[in-house]
Amino acid sequence: MTSQTQPDDKSADSTRATEMLSGAAMVIRALADEGVEYLYGYPGGAVLHIYDALFQQNKVKHVLVRHEQAATHMADAYARASGKAGVVLVTSGPGATNAVTGIATAYMDSIPMVVLTGQVMSHLIGGDAFQETDMLGISRPICKHNMSVRRPEDIPYLIKKAFHIAQTGRPGPVVLDIPKDMTMPNQKFAYHYPAEINLRSYQPKLKGHSGQIKKAVTALLGAKKPILYAGGGVIMGSASNELTELAKLLNLPVTNTLMGLGAYPADDKQFIGMLGMHGSYEANQTMHHADVILAVGARFDDRVTNNTKKFCPDATIIHIDIDPASISKTINTHIPIVGLVQPVLTEMLEVLKQKKKKLDSAALQQWWQQIDQWRAVHGGRYDTTAPLLKPQYVIEQVSKITKGEAYVCSDVGQHQMFAAQYYKFNKPNRWINSGGLGTMGFGLPAAMGVKLNYPDADVVCVTGEGSIQMNIQELSTCKQYGLGVKIINLNNGYLGMVKQWQDMNYESRYASSYMDSLPDFVKLAEAYGHVGIRVTTPEELQPALERAFALKDRLVFLDIHIDPKEHVYPMQVPGGAMNDMFLSKTERT
Amino acid sequence: MRHIISVLLENESGALARLVGLFAQRGYNIDSLNVAATEDPTLSRLTLVTHGNDQVIEQISKQLHKLIEVVKVSDISEAAHIERELMLVKVKASGNQREEVKRCADIFRGQIIDVTPATYTIQLVGTSDKLDAFIQALGTTPIMEVVRSGASGIARGEKTLAL
Ligand SMILES: Cc1ncc(C[n+]2csc(CCOP(=O)(O)OP(=O)(O)O)c2C)c(N)n1
Ligand SMILES: [Mg+2]
Repeated sequence: MTSQTQPDDKSADSTRATEMLSGAAMVIRALADEGVEYLYGYPGGAVLHIYDALFQQNKVKHVLVRHEQAATHMADAYARASGKAGVVLVTSGPGATNAVTGIATAYMDSIPMVVLTGQVMSHLIGGDAFQETDMLGISRPICKHNMSVRRPEDIPYLIKKAFHIAQTGRPGPVVLDIPKDMTMPNQKFAYHYPAEINLRSYQPKLKGHSGQIKKAVTALLGAKKPILYAGGGVIMGSASNELTELAKLLNLPVTNTLMGLGAYPADDKQFIGMLGMHGSYEANQTMHHADVILAVGARFDDRVTNNTKKFCPDATIIHIDIDPASISKTINTHIPIVGLVQPVLTEMLEVLKQKKKKLDSAALQQWWQQIDQWRAVHGGRYDTTAPLLKPQYVIEQVSKITKGEAYVCSDVGQHQMFAAQYYKFNKPNRWINSGGLGTMGFGLPAAMGVKLNYPDADVVCVTGEGSIQMNIQELSTCKQYGLGVKIINLNNGYLGMVKQWQDMNYESRYASSYMDSLPDFVKLAEAYGHVGIRVTTPEELQPALERAFALKDRLVFLDIHIDPKEHVYPMQVPGGAMNDMFLSKTERT
Repeated sequence: MRHIISVLLENESGALARLVGLFAQRGYNIDSLNVAATEDPTLSRLTLVTHGNDQVIEQISKQLHKLIEVVKVSDISEAAHIERELMLVKVKASGNQREEVKRCADIFRGQIIDVTPATYTIQLVGTSDKLDAFIQALGTTPIMEVVRSGASGIARGEKTLAL
């Protein structure tokens, strides 16, 4: 097969004198023309021409991380906070393979990202050259698309195409592999950046089918026990206002997925918490007993549904999603609507407002009474009498001191679930976590990516002593770029989530879930030039948090020693229905 | 159930690998696959035979659509269609068997396209079922080699899968 990469944009302003640029300069210039402010990366042989071009301009700024994985998470978190693709530049071979975890992380959560990977010279490809790896082959199953540069003059087109694919439809990471000979400084080509791209094989749907939308409205208005189940698609699709308006108009109970937290304000009385494996009792009960489920930008993930055979037996399911392949993948949908959630919800609202028929208000009132009873059963309770610090309490205090407005970037483990459950997310794009891949090591670089782009915002990294050590080297990057992230290290001395499963399923045989020889995190933070504070008692917490958040521009590492025995509850019983749950170490539904 | 899925694909390097990778990655079956450029050199036409329940087949076609280089997808076995596969079979044929193999090939409208004193090479075109039946019919004749192209398909009537 031959390469058919043809610049097909004809709208260019041909009267302007064409600029002649090297491939390397074109890479950077195209990023500047795309409006990219920061590039996250790490240099090496295959990308040295590009780094030299970067050095000779000042539009695109480069952030030098300490490990390529961190570059990908920084770019990814910027995308999660801003909705725009983050951009990564790494060298061939080990540089590219170090980026793999970050690409997979973004892919699983549908995050737009453009990853530029260096490659050995074209004529060396396939010959096991120094630092050659088949990055197209490696990344193929973990990215939305990948491409390689065959001719230097195609670079602007390919970069535009990469952004186009990454940011439209269901977003995702795109990898562009650039052989070194495509960037030779002495070979210059006419540069022009296409204004837009039109691909005959890629035409993502925008609007939903009006007939389906009408059907959905009719089903919704016939409901006696409705629920709105909203996921990450609402966040990435910037539809949280429309979602809130719809929920308010019909007085629907709303649950958010782990990826959707903040899509609906947590402080609102219609919010019934997160659903799924560690979802609230009331959210899982409400889902299970619902007669109509309106799923918006969510994908019926196994961490939500529990056993699909027992999933919500009485529900008519309406599913709005940009990706047709997400519809009826794990759970059969009755009324599918393919389209961007924002225009679909807008159209739904219009149709609803014209309807004379309203929801059966007596039935809805009864439904709310039932939900309130469920709320009272567990209500996010935890032991407040214990002498040891409870992670739930720590997160509640962080939520209070930041007024629910901080960007909270989490690692993976128990601390992640506590953050999801106890931080009150009232705005979208504030909760930044690796939901799909569950990547330990995500939290710190993610917080860095956000802090760099939102320097005035409070940016918190909620982590554990296990996760933080997976990218702890980035404390050095934080110093170099003055990133005043607040690290909340919920230190339980264990790989707590693993330990919890071992407690529940392996009679507390802690196979490799206890970490001996942990570093002194306070000294470690200080060694990197930051502020470290240790907190070991409940009384010390408040003053420590106040001090940390008062130090606006400093990175503060709060090493918070918590009860090592704590478990995350509620927890769905494996193999059960949505509403089969453990509520504490001794209670089960 | 068996399905024949036709795909129009951008004729770009990596596109086929992506498509095949999708099947491996998601655990879908490929019973046969053939691919070649079309009259438009920028497009490849691919015919894929697979099997699975309705839900799996629906996912396959949606997942194929999601690949950036896939231009069109059609499950041609959903409507009237024509299916053809090419098979080349080399068999041992000497003595009495020579006549019998020839007769069998004639019945199936096969052609003997290469001959040695001890072998015949037979070419046969038809549905995959017909080719299977021919192999059965060869009975005790020793088969030395079988090469099959995998099915190609096209819709009947005026329906087309084109840009
Ligand atoms: C890269 C990676 N390796 C392994 C795991 C499996 N895993 C999930 S949670 C967890 C423990 C995390 O420990 P810690 O960061 O201390 O958090 P805690 O659960 O104690 O709050 C492990 C090992 C993972 N998610 N990611
Ligand atoms: Mg821990």
